[in-house]
Amino acid sequence: MKNVYLDHAATTQLEKTVLDKMIPYMRDYYGNPSSIYSIGRESKKVIEEAREKIAECFNCKSSEIYFTSCGTESDNWAIKGVCSFNRNKGMHIITTNIEHHAVMDTYLYMKKQGYEITIVPVEKNGIVDPLKIEKEIRKDTILISVMYANNEIGTIQPISEIGLIAKKYGIIFHTDAVQAAGTIPIDVKKLNIDLMSVSAHKFYGPKGVGALYIKRGIMIDNLFHGGGQEKTRRAATENISGIVGMAEALKYSIDNMDVYNSKIKQIRDAVKERIEAKIPYIIYNGDSEQRLVNNINFCFRFIEGESLILMLDFKGISASSGSACTSGSLDPSHVLLALGLPHETAHGSLRLTFGRDNSMDDVDYIVDTISDVVDKLRQMSPLYETFLKENK
Amino acid sequence: MYSTKVMDHFANPRNVGELTDANAVGEVGNAKCGDIMKIYMKIENDIIKDVSFKTFGCGAAIATSSMATELVKGKSIEEALSITNKAVMEALDGLPPVKVHCSVLAEEAIKAAINNYKKSIGEQVEENEYSCNSCCHNKKCE
Repeated sequence: MKNVYLDHAATTQLEKTVLDKMIPYMRDYYGNPSSIYSIGRESKKVIEEAREKIAECFNCKSSEIYFTSCGTESDNWAIKGVCSFNRNKGMHIITTNIEHHAVMDTYLYMKKQGYEITIVPVEKNGIVDPLKIEKEIRKDTILISVMYANNEIGTIQPISEIGLIAKKYGIIFHTDAVQAAGTIPIDVKKLNIDLMSVSAHKFYGPKGVGALYIKRGIMIDNLFHGGGQEKTRRAATENISGIVGMAEALKYSIDNMDVYNSKIKQIRDAVKERIEAKIPYIIYNGDSEQRLVNNINFCFRFIEGESLILMLDFKGISASSGSACTSGSLDPSHVLLALGLPHETAHGSLRLTFGRDNSMDDVDYIVDTISDVVDKLRQMSPLYETFLKENK
Repeated sequence: MYSTKVMDHFANPRNVGELTDANAVGEVGNAKCGDIMKIYMKIENDIIKDVSFKTFGCGAAIATSSMATELVKGKSIEEALSITNKAVMEALDGLPPVKVHCSVLAEEAIKAAINNYKKSIGEQVEENEYSCNSCCHNKKCE
């Protein structure tokens, strides 16, 4: 059976060349980077080289890159760190209604701790209006956090404008760039970003490693307490092979960004165009221009997402949905609801995220399979039956 | 997360589609919550001669509908009314906890169809609130 992986926003396959670079640091070079003898110093050296490489990719200083265990940790650290450090300055935070759970749920936690959270809704195209963020700024606002690119609908937020606004008011600006890093060129200086979360496995690096960019001079409390690693800001023995892999993967992604992006966009656009031509009663979610080149998100009316995902899996296609049943909660995805979609429509969403391993040769198979499965589920759906009877 | 039986009934649902000569139809659930089950029955002399379903919902919703139709086929009305959501679940070798409500919907769909039939032939039935009362989401449905 054909296997087509279309869930690159969930994770990506480790690049073979990246794995090759990592392997020596899993066994041969096992020294603890904090040890002062030579095998320890060797480990320390490769970590600093990796840090340098990553800093170059984001146009910052290597001293501004801090390694973490994942994007979620980076988000938690950024938000909790800013909140607790600035408690006496203010307790007001501004964010949007389409953030990743790692950000959203951290804010819900901060709310319980007494912080006030203003959630600015995005427009119908899934993009936040920077002026609406500016309007919410108060004297006690300590943090603005807006994701760079959305994980479900791929919309790219006006980070540059928001960065300028934050700078103008002297407010710390955090962005969750987990979906953007490796796909969009990011210059943290030009964009006025103070804190930025990234995760290696989203750009063909290993799982279990991420980073937080902390602009020089930005003070945040620690999340992890313990040893003196990461200049005493993030305790824990370093994941050396992971860090090496992350730097390699990011460098490779940035060096080859244009080539991969144009290839991926071509496949994505072909699939989108053909699905729109072939399947009726669908809604394309999110902006069509300000969007990651790898992302498609559709709602298919009258059907439910989990069934769709499972049936596509029977045919070898791995994709994801924002339906309640796949989100693990009772509501469909908050991102789809934020676009103003009714619940019943949001339940029938399908996210396809393309990647390096996809090919134009897969397009027919992808479109035909989705079309067959949607049709099969609609034939089974009482909602579709009612719709057809009412529209006879 | 699903048992082999659930996956089998989801992948190859039994008795799926509209029954054109049905004389008992029951529909339960709420599109907002993401599942609607509709069961069609052809009842003769208090026996369910034929049965089919249409379902909008997740894998478990489709599998429980399919199993429910299997369980009631050829049974008397009284036997069918005694089928509980637990029986549907057991027949499927269990469901993940978050999917238990799908089996409740299946039980309710059977009851709704039979009650509608009883009403159509002038029998007295206990009025039940079917719409979404099995769904833990019900507070948000309105």
